[in-house]
Amino acid sequence: MIHGVRGDEISAGGGIGGGSVRSPADPRDERPPSLSALARRRGFGRALDRLFGWTAAVSGTLVLLILAYMVLTTTNTALPVFTSEGISFVTGTEWLPSRGVYGILPFIYGTLVTSIIAVVIAVPISLGVSLYLTELAPSWIKGPIAYAVDLLAAVPSVVYGLWGVFVLLPLFLQPAAEALSSVFGFLPIFKAPATGLSYFGAGVVLAIMIIPIISALAREVFRAVPDDDRLAAYALGATRWEMIWEAVIPRSRPGLVGATMLGLGRALGETIAVALLVGSRPTISASIVQPGYSMAAVIANQFPEADATGIRALVGVGVVLFAITIVINMAARLFVWRLVAER
Amino acid sequence: MRAARGSGAVSGTRGSGAVSGGVLSERPSWRRLWSDRVATGVMFATVLIALLPVLLIFYYIFREGLAVTNWEFLTQAPPFSYRREGGGYVNGLIGTLMMVGMATAVSVPLGILAAVYLVEYGGRNLLASLIRFFSDVMTGVPSVFVGLFVYTAFVVPFGFGALMGAVALSIIMLPIVVRSTEEMLKLVPQEIKNASYALGAAKWQTVLRIVLPSALPGITTGVLLAVARAAGETAPLILTAFGSITITTALIGEPISALPLAIFDGARTPFAAGQARAWAGALELLAIVLVFTLLARVAASRSSISR
Amino acid sequence: MNEPVFSVKDLNVSYGGNLALKDVSLDIQPREITAIIGPSGCGKSTFIRCLNRMNDLVPGAQVEGQVMYHGEDIYGPQVDPVTVRRRIGMVFQRPNPFPKSIYDNVAFGPRINGFKGDLGELVERSLRRAALWDEVKNKMRKSALALSGGQQQRLCIARAIAVEPDVILMDEPASALDPIATVRIEDLMQELKQEYSIVIVTHNMQQAARVSDKTAFLYTEVDEESMSRWGILVEYGPTGGIFTKPVDKRTEDYVSGRFG
Ligand SMILES: Nc1ncnc2c1ncn2[C@@H]1O[C@H](COP(=O)(O)OP(=O)(O)O)[C@@H](O)[C@H]1O
Ligand SMILES: [Mg+2]
Repeated sequence: MIHGVRGDEISAGGGIGGGSVRSPADPRDERPPSLSALARRRGFGRALDRLFGWTAAVSGTLVLLILAYMVLTTTNTALPVFTSEGISFVTGTEWLPSRGVYGILPFIYGTLVTSIIAVVIAVPISLGVSLYLTELAPSWIKGPIAYAVDLLAAVPSVVYGLWGVFVLLPLFLQPAAEALSSVFGFLPIFKAPATGLSYFGAGVVLAIMIIPIISALAREVFRAVPDDDRLAAYALGATRWEMIWEAVIPRSRPGLVGATMLGLGRALGETIAVALLVGSRPTISASIVQPGYSMAAVIANQFPEADATGIRALVGVGVVLFAITIVINMAARLFVWRLVAER
Repeated sequence: MRAARGSGAVSGTRGSGAVSGGVLSERPSWRRLWSDRVATGVMFATVLIALLPVLLIFYYIFREGLAVTNWEFLTQAPPFSYRREGGGYVNGLIGTLMMVGMATAVSVPLGILAAVYLVEYGGRNLLASLIRFFSDVMTGVPSVFVGLFVYTAFVVPFGFGALMGAVALSIIMLPIVVRSTEEMLKLVPQEIKNASYALGAAKWQTVLRIVLPSALPGITTGVLLAVARAAGETAPLILTAFGSITITTALIGEPISALPLAIFDGARTPFAAGQARAWAGALELLAIVLVFTLLARVAASRSSISR
Repeated sequence: MNEPVFSVKDLNVSYGGNLALKDVSLDIQPREITAIIGPSGCGKSTFIRCLNRMNDLVPGAQVEGQVMYHGEDIYGPQVDPVTVRRRIGMVFQRPNPFPKSIYDNVAFGPRINGFKGDLGELVERSLRRAALWDEVKNKMRKSALALSGGQQQRLCIARAIAVEPDVILMDEPASALDPIATVRIEDLMQELKQEYSIVIVTHNMQQAARVSDKTAFLYTEVDEESMSRWGILVEYGPTGGIFTKPVDKRTEDYVSGRFG
């Protein structure tokens, strides 16, 4: 019966002009073969399909494995220092590797203070830029400005460090630190003697580094506000600023929190620029215009000279830094994800 | 887009004489107008503040860098003393190219495969959600921590070297490639996948011959940005490549330089000659990073599927 | 009388537990055009996707019953859906060329099927059969996305026939096209039916009346209590009969309602 079908087709095919006549070698002449026969012949193809799926799944799982392996190995390496120092590893204020004393509170403090300074400076600037770009700017200028700000994200951190030390320090950081302490010196946080190589100096450079991150996200967030909300505010007689304040900002709040936290996460982990600008003094100082240290910076600066225990202690610093950034980042992702889910 | 032009939405109705005076001709209060002006001014000022560092950075890198950049700089290793002038960062350039190259060769196929898993196989299942979430988390892991990990896991047994630096960079690149590729694969329309299946293509054939080629420009963008990021990384290399002032191409067992490491060194030396080389190195590194960033933009604009 | 190409028995399809198609049984004859008509949402696409196992790709879709193809159940345990789709081609509602050159679009199927012969000749032959050759022969390396909608759809037909299938399924192939392009596709179908068995879904009754030999009318049945709805086969027979003297009242209403 199957062959009957085939015969018919050949005669029918012959009835069509020109190029459509089938050559005898045409694979269709064996058709229609049993599907199950073909299925069996495709066993190799099926195996290939399964192999490909597995390869993809394994590659994906690798991401999880690497992360888990990173945490385990580093924690394990730092364990002797964690156990010998105990809680004083994170509460101790003395870092004296030569005497085997490892208290990292000054670094934790420095990391937090420089990052907070960075966020305090970067957030208002980033929001201003993003609002300008989404709400005010004539369209011809949007592209170039956004492009220029994005360019900041491409600059490697070591280049920020170099530029910070040799250009920004004499040009702005040093005079600004001195000015701050001479005007507000009565406040503990601006107490003299002031130097540009300080929490403040590192914080300013960090701020420049995270402006592109925060502003790129904030732009997305503002753009997501429906135009209807804007029109509704205008229809109620709002000025542009009132429209922004009443319609755009409230809608954007969770997204902005997420953006800020991602910027904060980046600042916490930033190493080289801080290593060059924070002043490298392992003490805690209430005054932000005085030198300090940060966790990432102490790892980069002291690693080449550290002895075996010292390296374990530095790995321990890394583990604490990792824990802090991971918490901040996961929280930020949850904020951003919730926002996306709401949309 | 916006129907009303700024505060004009209110004050513009002034003087519509037909309506009996009063209500409509009343201007918004002083305070309201004033705060609108101030807010506009502040926004404008923030743009200027944000642009200032861009100008300053590029101006100084070019000015200081070009002063030292010459053929010798591009082809020679630095002298043995920071005090001495001359020489260059070719050792760092070689190290950067080797390590970034190896890291790319490992992380790109792995990352793309992982993204294929997320989009074509995993969908919304638990494993896929975990991978997605932790790739996001991994992009936020401080790079110096990645360096510490590679140090404890690989440098301690095998010693410093290009391979160790490459491992660190590939761990940094991997999540970036995964997430950016995933976004691009999601944009490939189901219709053309169906067309492929309807022609009797198996899944792996559809993925390799239809899905990935369709998303190629977008994937390329993500890869190039990851490369740019890796090329600029310093901290993880201190702990894995360590740095060196001689030229080497050894993969393992010998410390190797990289452009960022050489710049970091130069930035910390008190000697003018060493600092000058750091500026030229910064220019060289910035040029490399910007080329990749620019190529990424070009690739993005080539994309035929992104809406 | 020929052996049917498809012999469908008691076909039931559900999506995520919701029944979409209930108890459909019909035979489809070779080298005829069989039209599937019915109101939107009655399960036409669902039905036609069962004929080449495209429903396997829809998450949550479940197919029960028998679809015999030349006497063999394509849902049989031994059967690989990939093999099924190589024998039974499909053209979709919206033209969906690959973002590749015109040539590569047509060559894709033969290539993945390990075609060993003269690929250029096969591509040309397929494009000729799809009545597209003269329009594209000088721009084979240009992107298929640059073609007009009607040309893209004929390219998709060429792409489907390049793998030398036995059956071509078409799911509203002309609904996204302008009237002139539609006429060209209809003409093309008349040519193709000399060689292929064609099943076409359409909600355009004039089109069904013009092109098809047999027509199946699907209709949505509503269960008042559970407010759930599914498609059933109301009437199936020679096209002339369905349109001039339908047996079922619902067919008559549907057919006359649209014409009137
Ligand atoms: N992929 C799918 N997932 C869930 N339900 C679907 C899907 N495709 C179709 N349906 C449902 O099946 C029914 C029939 O749809 P369909 O076959 O597309 O109808 P038609 O092609 O006749 O317009 C509809 O109720 C539709 O909602
Ligand atoms: Mg349909």
